[in-house]
Amino acid sequence: MPEDFEPRIVAFFCNWCTYLAADLAGTSRIKYLPNAEVVRVMCSGRIDVQFVLKAFAKGADGVLIGGCHPGDCHYQEGNYKCLRRFRLVQRLLKQMGIEQERLRLEWISAAEGDRVRVVINDMVQTLKRLGPAPKLVEQAADLTEVNA
Amino acid sequence: MKPKVAFYWCASCGGCEEAVLDLAEDVLPVLEAVDIVFWPVALDFKEHDVEAMADASIDVAFVNGAVRTTEQLRMARLMRRKSRFVVGFGACAQQGGIPGLSNLTTAAATMQEAYGEGTKPQTNCPVNGYALDLPTLFDTVLPLDRAIPVDYNVPGCPPSPKIIAAALQAFLSGTLPEPGSVLAPDRAMCEECPRTDSHPNELRLEHFHRVPEIVIDPEMCILAQGVPCLGPSTRAGCGARCINGNMPCTGCFGPTSKVRDYGAKALCSIASVMGCNDPAEIDAALEEIADPAGTFYRYSLASSFLERKRMEI
Amino acid sequence: MSENNGSNGAVRIGVYTCHCGANIAATVDVKAVAEYARSLPNVAVSREYKYMCSDPGQDLIRQDIRDHQLNRVVVASCSPHLHEHTFRTALKVGGLNPFFFHMVNIREQASWVHENKIHATRKAKDLVRAAVRRVARHEALERGRVAIHPDVLVVGGGIAGIHAALTLANAGKHVFLVEREATIGGHMAKFDKTFPTLDCAACILTPKMSAVRAHPNITLWTYAEVTQVDGFVGSYKVTVNRRPRYVDEDLCAGCLDCIEACVYKQAKVPDEFNMNLGKRKPIYVPFPQAVPLVPVIDPETCIQFKSGKCKKTCVDACGERHAINLRAEAKQETIEVGTVILSTGFQTFDAARTPEYGYGVHPNVYTALEVERLVNASGPTNGEVVMRDGKTPGAVGIIHCVGSRDERTNRWCSRVCCMYSLKLAHLIKEHTGAEIFNFYIDMRTPGKGFEEFYQKLLSERVHFVRGRVAEVTDWALQPSEEGKLVIQVEDTLAGFVRRIPVDMVVLATGLEPHADAQEVRRMFNITCAREGFFLERHPKLAPVNTFTDGIFLAGCCQGPKDIPDTVAQAGAAAAEAMALIDAGYVETEPNTAHVMEEVCAGCKTCIPMCPYHAISFMLDIHKSHINEALCKGCGTCVAACPAGAIKQNLFDDDEIFEEIEGILTNA
Repeated sequence: MPEDFEPRIVAFFCNWCTYLAADLAGTSRIKYLPNAEVVRVMCSGRIDVQFVLKAFAKGADGVLIGGCHPGDCHYQEGNYKCLRRFRLVQRLLKQMGIEQERLRLEWISAAEGDRVRVVINDMVQTLKRLGPAPKLVEQAADLTEVNA
Repeated sequence: MKPKVAFYWCASCGGCEEAVLDLAEDVLPVLEAVDIVFWPVALDFKEHDVEAMADASIDVAFVNGAVRTTEQLRMARLMRRKSRFVVGFGACAQQGGIPGLSNLTTAAATMQEAYGEGTKPQTNCPVNGYALDLPTLFDTVLPLDRAIPVDYNVPGCPPSPKIIAAALQAFLSGTLPEPGSVLAPDRAMCEECPRTDSHPNELRLEHFHRVPEIVIDPEMCILAQGVPCLGPSTRAGCGARCINGNMPCTGCFGPTSKVRDYGAKALCSIASVMGCNDPAEIDAALEEIADPAGTFYRYSLASSFLERKRMEI
Repeated sequence: MSENNGSNGAVRIGVYTCHCGANIAATVDVKAVAEYARSLPNVAVSREYKYMCSDPGQDLIRQDIRDHQLNRVVVASCSPHLHEHTFRTALKVGGLNPFFFHMVNIREQASWVHENKIHATRKAKDLVRAAVRRVARHEALERGRVAIHPDVLVVGGGIAGIHAALTLANAGKHVFLVEREATIGGHMAKFDKTFPTLDCAACILTPKMSAVRAHPNITLWTYAEVTQVDGFVGSYKVTVNRRPRYVDEDLCAGCLDCIEACVYKQAKVPDEFNMNLGKRKPIYVPFPQAVPLVPVIDPETCIQFKSGKCKKTCVDACGERHAINLRAEAKQETIEVGTVILSTGFQTFDAARTPEYGYGVHPNVYTALEVERLVNASGPTNGEVVMRDGKTPGAVGIIHCVGSRDERTNRWCSRVCCMYSLKLAHLIKEHTGAEIFNFYIDMRTPGKGFEEFYQKLLSERVHFVRGRVAEVTDWALQPSEEGKLVIQVEDTLAGFVRRIPVDMVVLATGLEPHADAQEVRRMFNITCAREGFFLERHPKLAPVNTFTDGIFLAGCCQGPKDIPDTVAQAGAAAAEAMALIDAGYVETEPNTAHVMEEVCAGCKTCIPMCPYHAISFMLDIHKSHINEALCKGCGTCVAACPAGAIKQNLFDDDEIFEEIEGILTNA
């Protein structure tokens, strides 16, 4: 693994809790590592498993999902649906040879600005330890080798 | 002049070839209306006959099976060059199909499993002064559209007679939909399922069952009984034939046009209709889905976003 | 084809990267980001500017829409929570549908949180690239409108709730004021005098309480709690549980003969209003100026409720009015309101949590609120500062910051304690002539007249010791400490530890959120901040709004504050509510979902996904249907639909996939 490996994390944050917490971290000038880039959704319940797998397929080293604490979802129960999907897709990732720690679900409330720092920094360390996500082996060689 | 039609099979079981014959007596007028210029399973034309044809002189080539060897890749490219339209025929061509599940392993491991320790194919050996070569097996199975541009797909494992007849009719009459379309209704199978009315308005599953674990009630919605039925994620057009056999839908017709990764969406939907909120209960229920990849990506692993398992090759 | 695309269907995007002064530009290379954006597909114009949200900044956008035929706009600046609305309006004024806009957060989530400029700039470029891809997929959308019911619910009848209710009622709005205690007045009703003017709290409060009772536009429900809230801004359906007083409010004349006649000739029950320093009877009014002035019977201590065998002299005393109904039951009321003001107040810090101060162990250790009742002429000791042992103190120690500014208990400053500690020092000295010591960490007296009040106390020869008290003990180390409470403290100005013997200790306990704040806020679907106070939408620009439209905050439930600030905030909340009501409607964010009927096969997966019951099944066509007026835009059904048949405006699959791919495409 190269010394300068910087993991790329795609983060899906729910508008009412985690995204606000990240904004709060900003207004509080809390510093954290720049490896995560955020896609904002209204609720963690919006997060389709397709989004998660697309991110891995396109080269993300890690995917972070941020939602409201159970019982606190701005839309009542969207985060529970997210939790169930998350648990099932984690099992799939294992079968697909992607370490389960690369997908992380965190409940972060609007008041928890510092937690954003803790989670992102921790995830970057974990991903640095795991190394780059195993990328699809391109079969370019196979595909061009054969002349019809 | 009759339209020229070709059939070719890549990594397939032969079921798609038989499906054409499943049209029964309806196949006869079709055979009358076209000129079949290449059909390895049924006719004696050879590869060099196809090579001799002018480019794009075949009107439609129906290619079934996934692409997983150098030979299949070469033939797929040949069919593409020589045909105006290439139609991916069946689940293997469209999505990689059952062979796509090989993407959970490697070519070497497959060989070992099939032929035992240390067996290596001799890809080139001299025979009577000639050089005989065997196609190389790829580590990764490809759906047809990852090997060549594909104009249409006829889905199913195999495609149902109704769908095949409709596809053939579309070509013969020249009333084709937008290129890239799948030639089947763009709605889920629940539409034609005879048990759809017994699908409850508020489904909350707390347990999952595998097919042999329970006696499936032949009148009731199979998903409502806790057996993962992928009908809601799968295109209609098969006449709910598996349901009518009291078996759950396993997704061979693939997704609607609004879904990009079949298995991901199916998995997302099944998880959504669970009734548990407590993490321990959720995990206990999910233990009952023994093989998520095999359950949700039975036919579509090769065409999914991830395409294959990440491993040392 | 959208009418807002170019004549040949081309997407033309304007990208604006903001410096925000140095807020962004100090860390993100704004010029490089703008330069990079220029190179992206479909970008017709890319600019950087100091303050995009300013008028000239918005003008840039409007001008470019005209001059460059832009049909999409991306602004990379602060959080969309701050200025998405601003820029959408700029688009609208410029003639473009406001939803052809996407905002990139490169301030709160980039320049303010990252130190490495190279990485921060790279991140800004990634996010801009993602936004450019996403915005190309945006479609023209229209906002919906929701009517606002003109009635208002005010939860909590302390000074905040009272002021808000009166303001609204005077403006002609009908207000439901719900208070959990048997009387309105809140904590303020317990105070003696208020700082810094030493106004009598009751004198300024009771006229307002009477005004509430008399106002035709206020429906007052005391001894009542909100138990359920459904609906959304403009039409909240609220269930209120009115507990039984066992005395009928409509029939009671307030003569209080029943209390006089109670078989308990002496009051025996600890009196909560007097902080358990006095006694009451099982039938009682909390205090003589209570509103409503209707007694309440406590079933825990009333003989009739406990044994069934009382002479019921109270009923006899009531006579022909028949106001006492011992069989009364709780009543559920359901009301519809358009807006809600939460003014549920605070609770005081439980001094038992700082056991080193001896509260509950040494009888002469008091909390500030207990002392308010002692000095109050209508309190349990008729205004005499007499301790539990019957003696008058010769020396009193007042300990500031009990429970506050403390990592072990509450980290925040409770804001009012320095001032009320000074006030109590003054009042106790006035009543007893005792020697008074105030033990403080800092003296916080920022308000109008507060510094002057402090100076006055200094001139009254009250002793001020700067140090956090370590302990209150009755363990005497020398004869002068016998029989006293000894306050051990490091006098940080003098530079040594002191032991100061006193007769009475007063703990300036801090303010904290109510124990059930979490339950209350869940009921109203708002959030709490880290300390547990209700969270305002923005600390400076929207201090009385919450993130839930139509729910406002007033008073200490949002954070500790004194009476002047509470009343100001209550007026502000009333004004916000009035603004909504008088506008008559509120516009909704068009991020709702709808079913694409041609793709729906009627699998019914979506129906249980919606907590708002917005999705129904149409039996005749065998498809699902979403009522867009009820849809709140969470998108859960969109992800759950196995066939992808539900589309969400503004958060469509195509738009999100573009964002993901944009982030991960290597620059």
